Amino acid sequence: MIETTRTIPRFILTLVVALCVSSCGGIQNAINPAGPNAENISRLWWLMFIVCSIVFVLVMIAVLLSLRQRTTEAADRVPLLQPSEESERRRRNVVISLTTITVIVLFVFLIASYSSGRSLRLNDPTKNGLTIELTGHQWWWEVRYMDVDASNIFTTANEIHIPVGVPVMFSLRGADVIHSFWVPNLAGKKDLIPGKISTIWIQADKPGVYRGQCAEYCGLQHAKMALWVVAEPQEQFNAWRQNQTQEAVAAASDTQKRGQQVFFSSTCVMCHAINGTPAGSNIGPNLTHIGSRHMLGAATLVNTRDHLAQWIKDSQTFKPGNRMPQNNLSDADLQALVEYLQSLQ
Amino acid sequence: MSHEKAQKTQNEVPTGNASKSSITDEELAEAMRSEREELEETWARPSGVWGWFTDTDHKAIAKRYIVTAFVFFLLGGIEAALMRIQLAFPESHFLNPDRYNQIFTTHGTTMMFLFAVPIMTAFGIYFVPLMVGARDVAFPRMNVYGYFVYLIGGLLLYAGFFLNTGPDAGWFAYVPLSGPAYSPGKRVDIWAQMITFTEISALVGAVIVIGTAFKMRAPGMSINRIPLFVWAQIVTAFMIIFAMPAVMLASSFLASDRLIDTHFFNPAEGGDAILYQHLFWFFGHPEVYIIFIPALGFISPIIITFARRKIFGYVPLVLSLISTGFIGFGLWVHHMFATPIPQMGESFFTAASMMIAIPSGVQIFCWIATLWGSKLNIKTPLLFVLGFFAIFVLGGLTGVMLASVPLNLQIHDTFFVVAHLHYVLIGGSVFPLFGAFYYWFPKWTGRMLSERAGHLNFWLMFIGFTLVFFPMHQLGLNGMPRRVYTYLPETGWGTLNLIASIGAFVLAAGVLVFIVNAVWALRAGVVAGDNPWGADSLEWSIPSPPPNYNFHNIPVVQGRYPIWQATADAPIVRGLNTKKRETLVTSVMDAQPELRFDIPGPSIWPLMVALATAVTFIAGIFTPWAFLVGAILAGITLTCWFFADPNYENKSARETGEKSEKVAPRVELQPKEV
Amino acid sequence: MLEEVTVSKKISHAAALRRNEKPAGAASLRRCVGILLCVLCFSACKREQRQFTTPPATFKSYDVTMSDIRPGVGGLPMPVQNPADQRAFDANQGKFLYSQYNCSGCHFNGGGGIGPPLMDEKWIYGDRPENIYSTIVEGRPNGMPSFRHKIPDSQVQQLVAYVRSMSGQLRKDVAPTRNDSMNARRSEQRTERKTPQQTTEPPQ
Repeated sequence: MIETTRTIPRFILTLVVALCVSSCGGIQNAINPAGPNAENISRLWWLMFIVCSIVFVLVMIAVLLSLRQRTTEAADRVPLLQPSEESERRRRNVVISLTTITVIVLFVFLIASYSSGRSLRLNDPTKNGLTIELTGHQWWWEVRYMDVDASNIFTTANEIHIPVGVPVMFSLRGADVIHSFWVPNLAGKKDLIPGKISTIWIQADKPGVYRGQCAEYCGLQHAKMALWVVAEPQEQFNAWRQNQTQEAVAAASDTQKRGQQVFFSSTCVMCHAINGTPAGSNIGPNLTHIGSRHMLGAATLVNTRDHLAQWIKDSQTFKPGNRMPQNNLSDADLQALVEYLQSLQ
Repeated sequence: MSHEKAQKTQNEVPTGNASKSSITDEELAEAMRSEREELEETWARPSGVWGWFTDTDHKAIAKRYIVTAFVFFLLGGIEAALMRIQLAFPESHFLNPDRYNQIFTTHGTTMMFLFAVPIMTAFGIYFVPLMVGARDVAFPRMNVYGYFVYLIGGLLLYAGFFLNTGPDAGWFAYVPLSGPAYSPGKRVDIWAQMITFTEISALVGAVIVIGTAFKMRAPGMSINRIPLFVWAQIVTAFMIIFAMPAVMLASSFLASDRLIDTHFFNPAEGGDAILYQHLFWFFGHPEVYIIFIPALGFISPIIITFARRKIFGYVPLVLSLISTGFIGFGLWVHHMFATPIPQMGESFFTAASMMIAIPSGVQIFCWIATLWGSKLNIKTPLLFVLGFFAIFVLGGLTGVMLASVPLNLQIHDTFFVVAHLHYVLIGGSVFPLFGAFYYWFPKWTGRMLSERAGHLNFWLMFIGFTLVFFPMHQLGLNGMPRRVYTYLPETGWGTLNLIASIGAFVLAAGVLVFIVNAVWALRAGVVAGDNPWGADSLEWSIPSPPPNYNFHNIPVVQGRYPIWQATADAPIVRGLNTKKRETLVTSVMDAQPELRFDIPGPSIWPLMVALATAVTFIAGIFTPWAFLVGAILAGITLTCWFFADPNYENKSARETGEKSEKVAPRVELQPKEV
Repeated sequence: MLEEVTVSKKISHAAALRRNEKPAGAASLRRCVGILLCVLCFSACKREQRQFTTPPATFKSYDVTMSDIRPGVGGLPMPVQNPADQRAFDANQGKFLYSQYNCSGCHFNGGGGIGPPLMDEKWIYGDRPENIYSTIVEGRPNGMPSFRHKIPDSQVQQLVAYVRSMSGQLRKDVAPTRNDSMNARRSEQRTERKTPQQTTEPPQ
């Protein structure tokens, strides 16, 4: 990634490497691109970073050089300097040249920026087969996969799967306040503004998991409104998608049946939908396939039995201010409910 | 007194052709002394509590602004420290999210509205009259009004903050989050009204600076001889006048949406959430230049003084200031690149945002060219200027990065932006501000600040600042968004955040050293003379601290560097009344004397109008009827103000029964004795 | 500095001012302001309280009476205070929950339709917070479902506050303002306070 060691002074390089060591690479990182958009921007970043570093070092050298002559004489006793015509003329020429160089460098940046921006634009939306409608709520992501065949449309939450190597178009809406969809490894961000629809296209070239996070302050739990983008090979994606369009797995064991009863008879059913059952509320995230999601609470907790139980009992401990109330269920009921939900693969 | 001798300073008894004059040196000294006594009595400041509320001395008001703004700086700094404590470790429970949101909003609001702009205004109010050779500002009573409105607005915000009613929607409070549906209660209403207060105060300061700088300059200070400090204040004042109305509109529309069900920002009823962003940022971008440009005006005098030579490139520097101010109005959409705006718009604003680096670059080059080749004694003011170079240039370069749309889309609303904005605001404004404190403290108080403490102050601040904000560039690239009250341990952001939090305390220690230094110096600092730095501008030609009337005899300026270029027989202005408050009004371009101008004296009415304004806007948080009642109150108090005696405090003026001479015979300039 | 051999009181005071000593009045003024701020610090502002950790839901019923007459002597039971009535955040949440839990499906925007209007002064089962609470938790004849075990206590309280705000019963600074959708009527904050009346008329 850092290839131009011959142009960067060594101490800056060391500093940069030292800073990078902690987190170069990583699944939520703008300079660890995994897709063409992020790659494009990352190249622009390195160009600007290198040029700006050089400029900075040169200016600092100039400042330090101007301090060559020093005195400890009190300021008002040092005689006034009367610079000669010639030295003023030289200064003028230097300043004019430096200004010209500045203008040229800025033009280079401008052109680099424009050309980078052009390739980020979506040219023909119809070329892309996959469109996802992303709606930002306080403080979770509603994900709706669109399709020309209505029976293939499904809704999920907080976790997006995309096939590797295929551009995916996102249609972005804000349900309440302004949010911003940002998956740094894949692309820049785009705001989700109520009353408007914005679009962004994203493509992942490497399979993997990429973490995104809301990037526009949206209230109490802006900090924990994250999401996962899972890029997987086309077959795996197709299988996943196929599964998501199915209705919920029926409760099989007794515990699961009891869990389903608990779900319907307590507060859960007021906010959450499970397709194929009478639960159809769309206030909160859709739980039809909750068992197969990796994270809970908009990428706040890993999805394990324990975490799910704790989340249901008291999500306010993990994410204070979020819209899910605490639930006073008995231990047996809670375990049954967790059993049932985890079965919804 | 029929003969006056030319004088180099106010205090020197002139020598010269005594044999040719008709009075002796002793008689002349006696006449000067009795004039000064009369001036002191005429310009005496009122005393007691009543005096504190009615005093119009621009230096007193400016000092109040500075102290108040510094207190807000410390409060904002405490808020920052609390934030850094919370963010030092992942999943910290030091602050709950509600409290954290109030704290970061109040931090931003305090620093931008209650500290940065008022303190720059304060420097203008203090020094513009002194640097241009006037006895007072153009509108002293309005100056008092501006201060009280500012003070009340700041107290309003903090009263809200301490009552759990502090704003929590960010310092720019985007709708719909700050709108009626998603910010219940009165938190954002307090923010919106406080904005209006502080903008009134800034507008008042701007009008005063423009009036003073254009019409009250000493004769001989033609427009091409105006000091760079005053140029910076002029450009800032014009920017304030054009920018503030936009934010007052934004905050008033928001307040009205929240109070009386208007739909300015309600998309379902025809409004637009992005309208708010446009209105706000049309102000918001010039705002940062309003904070930054006065600091550029601090740097030039400091460099001139320490380089012991005239500035290199006066004209390019002035043109850079003006063009920065101008171009600064064409950049605002770069805050909105992530919104769905048309591409054409994006391109224009990228170009403009990069273009503004050019005048800044010219200024940096000119300053380095000035320093080059001079024998420099690196005293604290110069040290802070050097710190400015190191920090601001880096901040400006990250700004150019942010100007590019594709890159902006990655680093917008992340800690990279937090790093950038603190680099340009702290490096570009606060460091020069501290340099200005060290430079002009002797003028305000007659005492020098300690140099050793000053160097310690600088290095603690510089190192602390770098530790806090440099890692934030990395954090932003690593995916950490802004305005998060915590983060998960798996993100790996913990180490850099911990470094930043440690740095915050080093920075705080630096500020503490400054406070200790200032308190100590007030009592025990080395006594400064009129001109301890050997500087060139007019404020250094009068005693430290200056007398209430500033100049006994308004000088006639003979060059850009008045003290350095004053000849032994430099003329002075004679004939201004010593028994009432009067100063000289001159023409805009060439500073030719035009008339003698009555300066109004102390009055209670500015405070009354400020209270009426306060009642209007504070009650306006709760009911729209407040505006009707408030308008009536304001009308009454304004009428009383306009009809009040301009000089009622000045007993001797009333006793003489002299009427003000609005168009006086031209004041004679006294040439040197032949 | 200046020669001030013969000085009058006024001039020496002016000189003292120049030497940066503040007049005594300013110091005491600062002290007063400081004390005032400290006092304000320790007083609470109920309107702005936000509670995220609430006591566990009990779904209990309150002791409610629906008649004003009673045998013998003896006072009325203590009226129940709804804590959400004092908090702007809760009233606002109530407004969201009202449409999210589909109260608007029968009561529309307060004007009624399938269910009785909620924004007028007529109350069949009582207008006190405990009455409305019971209505929601227990349900009522003729079509009001029981939400016991479905809506936790804290949220019922928020809904109660909102329902009362529709007829202007909440303080003006606590009641919700307009929401970000098409507005069918004036916001609750600008609704005039109506005097509740008991009615036995069935809903229209």
